[in-house]
This record gives sequence, C-alpha cells and structure tokens, in this order.
Amino acid sequence: MRHLLRRIGFYLVALWASITLNFLIPRLVPGNPAQVLIARLQGRIDPRAEHAMEIAFGISHDSLWRQYFEYLGNLAHGNLGISVTYFPTPVATVIGQDLPWTLALMGTAVVLSFVGGTLLGIIVAWRRGSRLDALLTPALTFLSAIPYFWLALVMLYVLGFVLNWFPLSGGYDLSTEPGWTPAFLLSAFQHALLPAFTIVISSIAGWLLGMRNAMMTTLSEDYVLMAQAKGLSQRRVMLAYAARNAILPNITGFALSLGFIVGGALLTEIVFSYPGIGFALLQAVQNSDYALLQGIFLIIAVAVLGANFLADLIYVALDPRVRQERS
Amino acid sequence: MQLNKLKTEVGVPQVTPQLPFSRASVATRSVPLHHNTRGELQRESRWRTGGSWLAANPKVAIGLGIVGFFLLVAILGPLIIQQDPTALSSAVLQPPSSAHWLGTTQTGQDVFAQVVVGTRTSLLLGLGTGLMATIVSVIVGLIAGYCGGLIDDVLSLFINIFLVVPAIPLAIIMAAYFPFRGPLPIAIIVTITGWAWGARVLRAQTLSLRRREFVEAARASGETTLRIIFAEILPNEIAVVAAGLVGTMIYAILAQVGLEFLGLGDVTTVSWGTIFYWAQNNEALLLGAWWWFLAPGLCVALLGAGLAFINFGIDELANPRLRKERRAKKPSQAKKAVA
Repeated sequence: MRHLLRRIGFYLVALWASITLNFLIPRLVPGNPAQVLIARLQGRIDPRAEHAMEIAFGISHDSLWRQYFEYLGNLAHGNLGISVTYFPTPVATVIGQDLPWTLALMGTAVVLSFVGGTLLGIIVAWRRGSRLDALLTPALTFLSAIPYFWLALVMLYVLGFVLNWFPLSGGYDLSTEPGWTPAFLLSAFQHALLPAFTIVISSIAGWLLGMRNAMMTTLSEDYVLMAQAKGLSQRRVMLAYAARNAILPNITGFALSLGFIVGGALLTEIVFSYPGIGFALLQAVQNSDYALLQGIFLIIAVAVLGANFLADLIYVALDPRVRQERS
Repeated sequence: MQLNKLKTEVGVPQVTPQLPFSRASVATRSVPLHHNTRGELQRESRWRTGGSWLAANPKVAIGLGIVGFFLLVAILGPLIIQQDPTALSSAVLQPPSSAHWLGTTQTGQDVFAQVVVGTRTSLLLGLGTGLMATIVSVIVGLIAGYCGGLIDDVLSLFINIFLVVPAIPLAIIMAAYFPFRGPLPIAIIVTITGWAWGARVLRAQTLSLRRREFVEAARASGETTLRIIFAEILPNEIAVVAAGLVGTMIYAILAQVGLEFLGLGDVTTVSWGTIFYWAQNNEALLLGAWWWFLAPGLCVALLGAGLAFINFGIDELANPRLRKERRAKKPSQAKKAVA
C-alpha cells in the first residue's frame, strides 16, 4: 500500500512537471500565437482586434505566476485554447476528432503485434536452435533496426504506388460520407491496413525477443524439468509452466506501450497522411499552431503517465515478489 | 509506438547493470597483462589480445568497419565531391545513371552529392549529441548513486520524470518553439530528451560500487568526493558508459533525422534528414522517385546497425557470461527495476 502511494505521488509530480514544461516552453521564447495569426492573416489589423485576439488566445501581459495559475485553471476546465490551423475551433474539439482515428489504428496494430510477437517468441524459444529460430529471430531483428519512417515510405512506395494494392494516403475514401455505413467502414479499413501492417512489422521483433529471452531463463528452471518428468503434455509445459512465468516483462511492456498508442503513431500518420493525433501534430508544427501543439503534448503525456501507472499496478498484482521486496 | 521504439528497441542501450564486476575482474578479463622475464608489463599483449578478440567477434569488426566507413566519408566526402550539392541543374528527377549515381531531385540536384556531403552533418551531429547526453548522464548518474540521501532523491526524481515524459513529442514541442532552427537546437533538444536512460543505469551501477573496499580505502585516504566519483568509480563503469554512449548515439541519429524529416531542422543545410524533408515535401513518392529517399534511409539503417553491433561487442566484453550463451534479456523488467 505504501509502495502504491509512493508511485501515485511520483506520477502526480511527473504530471505536474509535464504541465509546467508545457506552460514554460512557449513562454521562454519570444512571439505569441496572436502575432502568428496576425502574420498569417497578412492584413493590417487594428489594435483593438489584436487585443481581442489576444484575449481569445488567453495571452496576457500579467506576471508569469498569474498566467501560470490561469493556465492551470483553464486546464481544469478542459479549456486548451483555440487552434490556429482550424481557426476558430477549440483545441479540445480538434483533438476529440482526431483521437478515435489514432486509437483505432494504433490499438489494433499494437494488440496484433503484441499477441503475434509473444506467441512467436514462445514457439521460437521452445524450439531454440531450430531452423525457425535461426531464420525468424535475426530477420525480424533486422526489420526492427530499420528507421520506421523509412520502412513505411518504402512499403508505401512498393505496395501502394507500384503494386497499387493499398490506398496512398488518408484515413478513408473522400467520396464516402463519414458515418457508420458499410461503404465508409470498408474504406476506413482499407486505408488502415497498410499503416497497421508497417507498425506490426517494425515492432513485432521487440515482443518476440523479449519473450524468447525470458523463456530461455524459465526453460532452464527445475520446475519445467519436473513438469516434463511428470509426463505432462508438451503444450502444457510450454504454455502453463514456462510461458506463464516468462510473460511478465512482456505484459508490463504492453501496458507501457498502451500509452504510446495515443501519441506514438506520429511518424505513421505523417507518412500515410492519416487523420489522427500525429498528423495533427505535424500540421500544428507547420502552422506554428502552439495551442494545438501544447494540447496534443499534454494528451500524450497524460496517456503515457497513465500507462506507466497501469504497468506498475499490473506488476504488483502479478508478481508477488515485487510486493514483498518493496514492503 | 515508433518513437517509443526509437528508445526501447534501437536507441536505448540494452545494458542491464552486470553487478558483480569489480575493477580487478574487468582488468584481467579484457586486458590480460603478462610480465616478461624482467618483470615488466608487456604492452603489446594488449594489442595482441585486442586483435584476437576482434577476430573472435565478427560483430564488432563489422560494426567498427561500418562506422569507420561513415567516418571516412564524413571526413573525406566533401573534399572528393567537387560540385555544390545544392546546385540546381536542368536534369530534373533523373533516375540513377552514370552521370548521377543516385539520380537527381526535383530541382536537378545530385542525390549522391547530397548524401555524401550530408554524411558529415548527420554523423557529427549524431555522435556529438550522443557524447553530450552521455556526459550529462555520467555526471547525474554517478553523483546520484554515490551521494545518496537527499541529492539522490532529487536527482532520481529528475531522471524518472525525464524517462516517463514522452521524449519525441517533447522534442518536437521544444524544436517548434526554438527561436531559430539548425543543428545546435537539435543537439540541445536531443541531449535533454536522451540522457535519462544512461543516468539511471549508471546510478544503479554506482550504488553497487560505492561500498566496495577500494572506494572505502579511497575515502579513508582522504580523497575528495569528486575524485572518488570520477577517478575511482568511473573507470570501473567504463563498459557501461561506453555501451550507453553507443546506444545514445543511435538514439541521437534517429531523433535528429526524425526531427529534420519533420522540417524542424535547418532545411537549407544538407543532411540525411533534410534530404528526406525535401523528398517528402515534393511528394517524391507520388512521382515515383524512389532513389530520392532510398540512399539516405539505407545510410541511417546501416550506421544504426553498425553502432548496434559495436554495442553487442561492448556488452560481451563487460560480461563474460554473454560470450558463449546469449544473455537472457528482460528489457521491461530492467526498466522497472529502479522506477
């Protein structure tokens, strides 16, 4: 219990640090969003309009402390400011629109990659030294060493452009109307296939290697030998004895990667012009849309912190040794 | 996911602290010193064992070869390529030919010249940033581990916060806000986001060393704290530092190329990342200009692989258990160990 409270305390401090960083970084540099927008409008704008805009963007000439507390107050009300790119849509709305795309794409890809990689890892470890192990392990390691966005670009070029198997960009066919219609869902599925595939390809090796290496340790344990001596079936020894004890690091890894589902798809979405959080982040960068930039960073930070906390909880729940060591 | 990947799969050194290795064991293991008949240490033995060790470790030899090759290109490349890599020409979007080995861009620039000249910027920035981040992690990790108490609590909190806050989004935010673009902001940003992992590994390692006899002896003989930390303890962790350095370099190169790809670098300089930026901006893919992004991508992948190979070798050098049998790595568990 004490351990849990300490962890909660740590995550609260980390959350506060992220929020404060988010607050401080833009204020340490010259310029502000209203000036950016005024520059973008390229027209002569009278001072009153400029003042109104500053108010809309929450820019004040108050002291830093006052701004800080105002910022915290706005956050508490879910007010993340107004996007310049999608002016005058509030940032919270923009994020709300983009989040489902990212969650659906990344969620599916991460789960597929985790399940596939872990299962392959179990099999490869069980048949260590076999041809499967000798081929699959280095091949997937090599794939995971390639910079992701480059792998994605090459696959997009070969599978999308040359072979024309997959659509080249976007989240759905623009001729279909977004909604729960079969035509739209089908086109969304088609557009998600290739991005999801590239994510799985580039991340599956991590799960495989983690599982394989953890299995190697448990396979040399006495209880595995004992189970085999008792004449239990191979599958039972493999799954219920060896894999069950080896899967812990992978499960915590999975919990951690849940946090990156929200923000991790940056490069995927940028390469495939997929309408999610990552693509919005790129737009925000290109348009100097600071409010959107900060809002997205905050969402990602909260998701990652939450996932870390979840991983801690799972670890304590699954591994009694952790509970004992720390109490 | 990918950005996470940068850190967990490629970027961050997968070095779990190998606890029981003291100065004596490292010394005898890596560089067996032999006395000759007159009782003097034979210097050459270091090189002889070094050479045979290299031969027995093809991975390290390959890794050193790859990195050495890129270093040569970085040093000599701009001297050999006489033409200006940004010079425009009328040969627009040509596929690879004898005149343009790697084809040309949409404005007729020679991709081969750009890749060769860009190597210097990318390599220098990657290796230099890796070095900077490692220096920060050595200072923070060793001081936190050795001093303990309140200093350790505060520094550990910093380490853990920087580990938990998502690195690449933070890097993007900082790069977007930086008042000017170029190699220096990228170096600073990658250092800020890349030091924490090494610091944690080193802190754990220092914790296990601080009560060793040689440290106690140094303390008893009145050495200053800084001297104990950096002259007594640091040499014993040099393998961990080296592995961290190489791993951080991989992260630095990937992060730098990624940031430049997003247009957060100085897009007028020539480097691997900016080649990607221009290729992506001119929709090289839709024009079928595969040669535009193929070569820089291969360079990044090769360099990353070379550095990773060196890291495997350092791991094996520091930990003899790895030499015959593959080490059972538990990345996530290691990640949790200190948090």
